[in-house]
Amino acid sequence: MYFVRRILFAIPLLLIISALAFALVHLAPGGPFDSERKPASPEIERNLQAKYHLDEPIWKQYGRYLGDLLHGDFGVSLKYRNHNVNDLIAQGLPVSMTLGGLAFAFALGVGLPLGFITAARRGRWPDQVGSFFAVLAVCVPSFVVAPALILIFAMKLKWFPVALWESPWHMVLPAVALGSYFIGKVARILREGMLTAAQSEFVTAARAKGLGETALLFKHAFRIALLPVVSYSGPMLADLLTGSFIVENIFQIPGIGVFLVNSSLNRDYTVVVGLSLLYALLLIALNLAVDFAYTWLDPRVKYE
Amino acid sequence: MFFSRRARRIFLRARFLFCLPLLGLIFGCSRHEPPADLTIINNVEPESLDPAIIVAQADMRVVSGMFEGLTRLEPVAARAVPGLAARWDISADKKIYTFHLRTNLLWSTGEPITSADVVYSWRRALDPQTASRYAGQLYYLKNAEAYNTGQITNAALVGVSAPDAFTVRAELKSPTAFFLDLCAFPTLAVVPRQTIEKYGDHWLMARPLPVSGAYELAAWRLNDKIRLRKNPRYWDAANTQSELIDILPVGSPNTALNLYERGQVDIVWDKELIPSELMDVLLQRPDFHSFTYLGTYFFRFNVTRKPFDDPRVRRALALAVDKERLVKKITKAGEVPTSHFVPPGTANYQSPAGLTYDPERARKLLAAAGYPGGKGFPRFEYLFNAAAGGGGKIHENIAIELQQMWHDELGIQMDLRQVETQVFWGMQSRLDYQLTRSSWIGDYNDANTFLGMFVTGDGNNETGWSNPHYDALIHAANEETDIANRENLFQQAETILVHDELPIVPLYIYVGINYFDTNKISGIWENVLDQHPLSSIRKKIKN
Repeated sequence: MYFVRRILFAIPLLLIISALAFALVHLAPGGPFDSERKPASPEIERNLQAKYHLDEPIWKQYGRYLGDLLHGDFGVSLKYRNHNVNDLIAQGLPVSMTLGGLAFAFALGVGLPLGFITAARRGRWPDQVGSFFAVLAVCVPSFVVAPALILIFAMKLKWFPVALWESPWHMVLPAVALGSYFIGKVARILREGMLTAAQSEFVTAARAKGLGETALLFKHAFRIALLPVVSYSGPMLADLLTGSFIVENIFQIPGIGVFLVNSSLNRDYTVVVGLSLLYALLLIALNLAVDFAYTWLDPRVKYE
Repeated sequence: MFFSRRARRIFLRARFLFCLPLLGLIFGCSRHEPPADLTIINNVEPESLDPAIIVAQADMRVVSGMFEGLTRLEPVAARAVPGLAARWDISADKKIYTFHLRTNLLWSTGEPITSADVVYSWRRALDPQTASRYAGQLYYLKNAEAYNTGQITNAALVGVSAPDAFTVRAELKSPTAFFLDLCAFPTLAVVPRQTIEKYGDHWLMARPLPVSGAYELAAWRLNDKIRLRKNPRYWDAANTQSELIDILPVGSPNTALNLYERGQVDIVWDKELIPSELMDVLLQRPDFHSFTYLGTYFFRFNVTRKPFDDPRVRRALALAVDKERLVKKITKAGEVPTSHFVPPGTANYQSPAGLTYDPERARKLLAAAGYPGGKGFPRFEYLFNAAAGGGGKIHENIAIELQQMWHDELGIQMDLRQVETQVFWGMQSRLDYQLTRSSWIGDYNDANTFLGMFVTGDGNNETGWSNPHYDALIHAANEETDIANRENLFQQAETILVHDELPIVPLYIYVGINYFDTNKISGIWENVLDQHPLSSIRKKIKN
């Protein structure tokens, strides 16, 4: 029941988001058809506006947009006039999702063990080295990581291609570049969680029962410490799956991250609103999934 | 031991469940295409591949390979030579062009290309429904402007007709010396009527897509690649040099350079794709080629605002600019400082001299205008946008340099204002600025593509400047059929523009830059339009 309500609640939320995105991008100065080359007559400009109904009052444009949206049509891109926003998402989203999924797997695959080890060996050298790398991963932004990876592994060692999106081989460096920040984040969250859990009463009680330290950490502390990681994973996955402007740009990857940024710079109204909705939808869905995972991981959590 | 057995089991299972769809995506997303014969980085994703819609020079380099006009550009000097038309006759008053199409013309899908297709294509570009931003390229035809602006609705009144299947008759408003160059311009290229009428705005997604040029569209994935395949039915297919060409849309100069260095691409051909911080080093290399072309960097005055309504003030500011310093210190790619607006190399034209660096005279002029030593001169603002691609901070750095020069030489204070690019264009056309950086790339090889824009009321004037004498000279030049007289009229006009009145101050002539190994690639020549027909390019050595 709770989850049904949440899903129903998402509909007005998406409506509000679409209205806000629509209004904001139309309010921004400059339009999609402003360019260095001015048309030979002002009529041409008017023809363009009329063709895409930009000459109508904004509420009417929004009504038209919602009408199309009900039919599953996100409209035509105003910058790439031969393409629908639907095409654009259909082409870009699987690519961004693959890259995001890989980065997510990489972030958890390295971040969780790193967090676990640093917590289990607290204060000793594995903790110091591990924590150093975790902080480093968080601090160094992807626009530094990516060129560094390219320079070392693509230009010098020639192990991987420098850019483009063709084979699994092409996916390694971008996934690492995209995931590195989250490794640090995940490791730090898990470490904090485990240290807090290790001091909680039920762990002390379990220890008093004579449970071994490894089993204690893993069976009890880890499971509780995983909760903050899980709740962080929802927005993180939404972030990763919708692509990254920087990584996609540097590796020339045909995902939707590049469009997320460029469409607003280009005032490509339909793309901005379409992608905002997509992002919102993913965020809502993944948060729901996180809440669902909570009930599974922690029996104390119940939703009414 | 760290992990209990049960935990390990859960881990394994979770990993498996997670990896399976991911593996599916990975292999679903990887491509199994044969390698291209030639891979070119052309700048960012084209806005469109519809010849009537595109406006960017880079987009034209791709589209020209797919759709041809009555003339086409030859690769060496980018001059207009016979394309779909084998020859033409021009009437004595130079107003009627009769084009004779080749008789062996076929669409890539096998149907014949006839004069009706040409008439359709031109009318379509002018149709208000098409909303072509470059429709103005056809305004030289009789009634074309009236049709495009909705004053008349009968397309048959436009000055283009097909007396028979192989003849196109173009009737011009007035003699137009560069009309044959315009015929090679994408807006006038020949496009497939049936496909367009069937699929509307999505006609380029039709497969098979009929093309009139040397290459068919084999694949088009946004921000990924455009793959072109040789069109065997093209009239000159025997001379098409490469079978498969990949065009990669890359906007990052570093990525472009990396791909080139690793041999993943053969040619990078846009001046915006050079990392500016490496410019000095790269230009020393034999595979980096720079050449001047028809493009001028300049700034505009808004002459409707004080104190820039006074030509003396505008001249003073122009005289105080050391353009040599700009190209040596900032642009560094071999740009040529200029005092005139029309670039050297323009066909049948030699520019008159404008104002050169003379701070002493600048100070006198400013004093004469009522601001001795810059006293009483109001603070003013210089508007610019972020440069695209590898340019990075070029506009900003030039603005800073100008600010410094005017402060040091004239004692006047300028503020800098950077705005987003889309906002920038709008502010320029609304005259919402005092000074603004600008540039202009020639559409065709004729002085009119530069000088014509400053006539009163032209959409690209954007200075508020209006001079009836200038307008009359430009008009007369375009009516003039004698080459020498025409040049003289244009020179008089340009003298007003860059020597007397200065609504604009030209700073330097652009250079085009491309990089490719001349030992491996043949068929690219440095030319003033920076256009390189795809069909003549070939890789000599296979990787």
